[in-house]
Amino acid sequence: MLELVCPAGTPAALRTAVDAGAHAIYCGFADETNARNFPGLNFSRDELKSGIAHAQARGARVLVAINTFPRAGEPGLWHRAIDDAARLGAHAVILADIGLLAYAAEKHPALRRHLSVQAAASNADAINFYVHEFGVKRVVLPRVLSVEEIATINRDISCETEVFVFGGLCVMAEGRCSLSSYATGKSPNMNGACSPASHVVYKQEGDGLAARLGDFTIQRVGKGEAAPYPTLCKGCFSAGDYEGHVFEDPVSLDAAQLIPRLAEAGVTALKIEGRQRSRAYTEAVVRAFRAAVDAHARGLPIPAGVLQNLTEGQRSTAGAYKKSWR
Amino acid sequence: MTEQATSLPLFPALASRLMQPLPLFPLRLAAQKVVDSLAARHPGLFARLGDQASKTFLLDPTDLPFAFILRPRPDKPAIDVVKRGEAVAWEAHIAGPFAALLGMLHGTMDGDALFFSRDIIIEGDTEAVLALRNALDDAEIDLLGEITASLGPLGPWLEKPLRSLTPVAERLTGVALTRARAEPSDA
Repeated sequence: MLELVCPAGTPAALRTAVDAGAHAIYCGFADETNARNFPGLNFSRDELKSGIAHAQARGARVLVAINTFPRAGEPGLWHRAIDDAARLGAHAVILADIGLLAYAAEKHPALRRHLSVQAAASNADAINFYVHEFGVKRVVLPRVLSVEEIATINRDISCETEVFVFGGLCVMAEGRCSLSSYATGKSPNMNGACSPASHVVYKQEGDGLAARLGDFTIQRVGKGEAAPYPTLCKGCFSAGDYEGHVFEDPVSLDAAQLIPRLAEAGVTALKIEGRQRSRAYTEAVVRAFRAAVDAHARGLPIPAGVLQNLTEGQRSTAGAYKKSWR
Repeated sequence: MTEQATSLPLFPALASRLMQPLPLFPLRLAAQKVVDSLAARHPGLFARLGDQASKTFLLDPTDLPFAFILRPRPDKPAIDVVKRGEAVAWEAHIAGPFAALLGMLHGTMDGDALFFSRDIIIEGDTEAVLALRNALDDAEIDLLGEITASLGPLGPWLEKPLRSLTPVAERLTGVALTRARAEPSDA
């Protein structure tokens, strides 16, 4: 059966994900070592210990995302995160930085290493390098590959692959985006927060709503339109004669109907995005995808989608899995 | 509760108008008692709020004639009740139908989805709003449990009959009056 890897931003969300049928839960420490470093989110060491015990007692695994890039000369925070994840009994760590991969391989050889999507390994040669040099057991593939490309990669590598099936999209060269850094001075890849909330302002303008990030107005919408997403990549801009979403539309990935094809392509695990979302989101999305994975395992059709209202921008796409623009 | 275009149940406008002239003092006392009890029962909530506990929040159920001012200080959390339209100072503002605010509190509605669909409004300090949302979501608060806990020895006597009534009340109003409890997956 395909493994369902689910997000947890808080201990309550972890318990919710386990109860809703997650096979594995990924989470992070409450600091800059993970890419969802938002206010009020994430785990203390004690909370992670309790979360791992809760998950293990119910047959689920906990993966710890330590997927940002250490600042030059300051690797201590990241090394401690890896040491503590190993000490507390995490099933695996999800890493992006090659220095951290080397550290984990040397200090904790028995701890499984998964390659984060932040590493942007998008071809077999790159993935094999991580497998041979650092003993990576699984790679989370960037959200820029078609199903056919995933199948080709899987034929040429010796580790497991995990792909996103639901949630927010980030289709830049993942782990190397500077848009938010430019606007806020804080790096998503080093400080762990794209569009940090401290720099986001929503302002009601009559019936309209404007979203600002730092000194930039990202978008204004009128009455009845969905609220703008607070990232530059999903903002509205003028470029020549064009006015609109220059980089990408504010839509969410929903690849539930592609589960059979992803399985045929050799994928091991399906990942749900959304550690920054509520436990209501976790409960609904995990339960729906567990039903889909179970249906696939029994040879039944995938149930029709019911998650539209939980998508960013209230719209969904199959993303690069079904490339229609080439 | 009545249905409007938003698809969220709204507090009946007539009842809201009838409540408008009522004095706020009893509600202030009750709200503070619940917040005191909540703080004692969920100390982790303040750790999760971190620095944002120093902020002042305007919690604004738009279909009720009053709003709440929350100052979630770890040493002395305070809540005040103000009339709609009364000038108050705040740093973070969360507004929406009472059903939406209760739904978020009880874990039955997703705050992001409510915000992007424009069912709720946030203004001011976005960092403070997010921290409060995440801290409350993790605390798994059950308002009925908090209210009965704040009643001292009377609470346990009242809780059982009130809980037996809530499923009916939830069906009639469409509002999440108690915390969502996930059933373990049978798969």
